[in-house]
Amino acid sequence: MRRLAPLLALLVLPLAACGDDGPDGTDETTLTVYAAASLTSTFEETADRFEAGHDGVTVKLSFGGSSDLAAQIQEGAPADVFASADTANMDKLTADGLVDGVSEFATNTLEIATPPDNPAGVSSFQDLGKAGLRLVVCAPEVPCGAATQTMAGQLGVTLAPVSEEQSVTDVLGKVTSGEADAGVVYVTDVTSAGDAVHGVAFPESDQVVNTYPIATVEGGEHAALAQEFADLVTGAAGQQILQDAGFGPP
Amino acid sequence: MPRWLSLPAALGAAFLVLPVIAIVARVDWADFGTLITSEASRQALWLSLRTSTISTLLCILLGTPMAMVLARTSFPGQGVLRSLVLLPLVLPPVVGGLALLYTFGRRGLLGEELEALGIHVAFSTAAVVMAQTFVAMPFLVVSLEGALRTAGQRYDVVAASLGAGPTTVFRRVTLPLVLPGLVSGAVLAFARSLGEFGATITFAGSLQGVTRTLPLEIYQQRETDVDAAVALSLVLVVVAVIVIGFARQGRSVL
Repeated sequence: MRRLAPLLALLVLPLAACGDDGPDGTDETTLTVYAAASLTSTFEETADRFEAGHDGVTVKLSFGGSSDLAAQIQEGAPADVFASADTANMDKLTADGLVDGVSEFATNTLEIATPPDNPAGVSSFQDLGKAGLRLVVCAPEVPCGAATQTMAGQLGVTLAPVSEEQSVTDVLGKVTSGEADAGVVYVTDVTSAGDAVHGVAFPESDQVVNTYPIATVEGGEHAALAQEFADLVTGAAGQQILQDAGFGPP
Repeated sequence: MPRWLSLPAALGAAFLVLPVIAIVARVDWADFGTLITSEASRQALWLSLRTSTISTLLCILLGTPMAMVLARTSFPGQGVLRSLVLLPLVLPPVVGGLALLYTFGRRGLLGEELEALGIHVAFSTAAVVMAQTFVAMPFLVVSLEGALRTAGQRYDVVAASLGAGPTTVFRRVTLPLVLPGLVSGAVLAFARSLGEFGATITFAGSLQGVTRTLPLEIYQQRETDVDAAVALSLVLVVVAVIVIGFARQGRSVL
């Protein structure tokens, strides 16, 4: 048993080292930001700018589906800032008293993505109801799917998708691989996909708008810093980054 | 056995068993019945059982000859071939799904030929079966090849010397001898098919009743209805336990 002790210590040591490397002794501060997957490129840029303006501060970004992130925060995840792709998930956390200072910072609308050569010749949202079209959408449970469903309802188009994906990136993947003839995604996804997809904008898209709220998480270690990050996102510099990526103003 | 081994053994067992207990503890028993009998849940369970059964049969049909070739012949490059065949064991399932997509998808290696024949694999139940067979087949091959090597060829040689042809030897001597290995391989393949998620969601997509198997349904439900996800997870655990129990029973009888 005695010879086992160093072995056990070896096993446990790395675990202990995983603990919070907060402001104890070192001057390094880590700000943890939870953000919706659709914010990936914009928030990476915003975080770089934030780090440049704050010596000794590292921004750790965690991206995922808004409902997943909200659930993680409810389970006590150590987030300082939360940015959601819809108001519903932020409202959940507000109701639980887990977030503070909620403010809306961006909007996103739907756009149709097709493979670059648009093999099915999709030119409007109404075209998505055509028989034989291989359409991929988000499942109604996730924000982009809910928006798609609302849009189809308002325009009286009956959609018969071949797949209901779990996230907007999964929809985009099915389109870029050429498996699907068309997918319904956000304007910003079409922008970030570049040449991999062809975007089909439709005039009715402004009828269904997703609003993105940001807030600081209650009980975070760096409340003041968290608020500064949120201010950067809602301020002129942050807004410019979002606008370049195709997001609309709040 | 040295006595101190029981400490890490207990730690390991606790690590594996505690999460299962945690799932059971989290189940909302009051609504359990309603949650697992919803239309979406029943369709997902039925689809999972159906596709996993077909996948297991395919694994047996194609995997048994492969195990024979690997165990009973030797040729240059056999080692490399074995490694390649077993690759899906260590490959992340999502990578497997992408590989299938680039092979059988519309723009894939065989896509044009399949399209010309009017076969559309993607987004169909057939794609689910293919994804499951891809990830599950190595389990059957590994366990059957092991059984074939352990059984050896003595009885085969005797049967052949008594005038039995190769097919008769295979059917009447070799297969019955390794049947326990074949059964446990098939059970492993079935269990792996039942739990398949990554390759399916990448290659087949997700649509209720067509491609949304139980793991995909659980993944989807956990976004909005955690209670339903937990209830369905328990169903999957129970099915898996039944399958394993059944296999043990079968093996001890054989």
